[in-house]
Amino acid sequence: MLYREAGQFKTSYAADQQLFPIRQDRMGILILLAVVFLVIPGVASEYWFSAILIPFLIFSLAALGLNILTGYAGQLSLGSAAFMAVGAYAAYNFQLRIDGIPILVSFVCAGLTAAGVGILFGLPSLWIKGFYLAVATLAAQFFIVWCLTKFPWFSNHSSSGVISAQQLIIFGYEFASPQEKYLLVLSIVVVMALAAKNMVRSSTGRAWMAVRDMDVAASVIGIRLMPTKLLAFAVSSFYCGVAGALYAFCYLGSVEPDGFSLDMSFRILFMIIIGGVGSILGSFLGAAFILLLPIFLDIALPWAAGLLGLPFSNATVSHIQVLIFGALIMFFLIVEPHGLARLWQITKEKLRLWPFPH
Amino acid sequence: MSKKIGDVILDLQNISLRFGGVKALTDISFDVREHEIRAIIGPNGAGKSSMLNVINGVYHPQEGVIIFHGRERRKMEPHQAATQGIARTFQNIALFKGMSVLDNIMTGRITRMKASFIEHALWLGRAKREELEHRKKVEEVIDFLEIQHIRKTPVGRLPYGLQKRVELGRALAAEPSMLLLDEPMAGMNVEEKQDMCRFILDVNDQFGATIVLIEHDMGVVMDISDRVVVLDYGKKIGDGLPDDVKNNEDVITAYLGVSH
Repeated sequence: MLYREAGQFKTSYAADQQLFPIRQDRMGILILLAVVFLVIPGVASEYWFSAILIPFLIFSLAALGLNILTGYAGQLSLGSAAFMAVGAYAAYNFQLRIDGIPILVSFVCAGLTAAGVGILFGLPSLWIKGFYLAVATLAAQFFIVWCLTKFPWFSNHSSSGVISAQQLIIFGYEFASPQEKYLLVLSIVVVMALAAKNMVRSSTGRAWMAVRDMDVAASVIGIRLMPTKLLAFAVSSFYCGVAGALYAFCYLGSVEPDGFSLDMSFRILFMIIIGGVGSILGSFLGAAFILLLPIFLDIALPWAAGLLGLPFSNATVSHIQVLIFGALIMFFLIVEPHGLARLWQITKEKLRLWPFPH
Repeated sequence: MSKKIGDVILDLQNISLRFGGVKALTDISFDVREHEIRAIIGPNGAGKSSMLNVINGVYHPQEGVIIFHGRERRKMEPHQAATQGIARTFQNIALFKGMSVLDNIMTGRITRMKASFIEHALWLGRAKREELEHRKKVEEVIDFLEIQHIRKTPVGRLPYGLQKRVELGRALAAEPSMLLLDEPMAGMNVEEKQDMCRFILDVNDQFGATIVLIEHDMGVVMDISDRVVVLDYGKKIGDGLPDDVKNNEDVITAYLGVSH
């Protein structure tokens, strides 16, 4: 009853092709935006901003980048963290070496640098597919991290390659508090998510999906495989690069190459698998699941142990946490292999009929 | 039915195709005239699909000349064939499984869409305008094939016969001058075959598309095609009007075998 498009007739293709064709979706997204932009900054604590919301948004952006490449264009990649590293170090160097460059411009340049590196490491995709390509992107992961550690120029000769992000000043206004940084990250993420949605619903996205689903048919229809795949690598790396820059400038403040490890690449990959491969929404849901669940378990487990009067040490609790986390991932993959976004879609389809089952 | 068969638009001369030591096609020559329905028949493994793959650039023959619209071409990539107006369907349906019917057919128009990904990302004027213009064309194809009711359904959920129809739609959306159909009626029941025949004849008649058709159903082939070429073991054994081909000794031998 609540979620039904009955009575919403479309009289033009423009109306049918709009971003959110169903009125309830439009209302929902507006309310969501109002909450995250207006309500949350007023009520959330500093801890929430700097430990939960900002990393959630940044990882959502990185997952979105990987989802464009893997979910939409079908090219498996294990180098997302490395492209984030490129973005972080590029933004740092642009700030350092070009006098008076606005921070947002250096974020964009960081994204473009990552896009360039992404195209380079995307070249193998023209000849190899699937798991073999994933192995080739592993090379990106190791090579980039090695490069940033090996050549001190990238970190301005700091010890062990650590860089400290410069101040965030936009139009003379300094973004210093977690709340301000949250709003900055949020704005960038919203704009980039919207751009991604626009790309995947237009012929760019259709070309990506065609290559993903059946590359021979795609080329017979007139899609040029090489530019399409490389564009996916470029756009994906751009997103990861900007996420990396935000990771350094808005989240941690100082980063080292080893922070962008294979472990992090895998986490981003898990986010899109759990959230939903080939779904913009899924990137956000997956990031929320992977980042928030450990935090939730951190709080819930000791509390539950205390409630039951079980004498667990802190070490045991953290072991149990990993155990439950792994079990939950397996549970979700078995119950819904297409991810949380698919669950949400099923819910919506059910809601269309509810409360009348037929 | 008033049909004007025009000049030769595709001329294949002495085409030979090998995969390593395996000869798929040996010295095959035939031509296709404008607006005709040209059938390629032959037993399994005769090289029919390979022939289509040669025409639209998926395979590159080691020998032979291909002249399309008066221009000789040696090596051509499939996407170039598409921009020159050659569209095709596949023997095993090659739809984009994760996409809706509408999106599948929209991809058929991709060579005509000019907006860049940046315009798409920002949803600027041209990107938006193109989406609407092409949507209109795609809706015409959807109306023509009578699949309005499934336009938003993911193609993976459709039954076989409808998937075949959607694949034809995707090829039609490109407004091809030449349409290559690889067994469009395989695995269909009689009604579905009748529908498909009607669509093929209408495409030929209304849109004036030249059709090259591979089909195993001899009744269909003899009914709708203007000329037939027969392949067996990669060699051409017959070529001509349906009735001539039907009475050709070699063709009868290839299909029915010969008593020793």
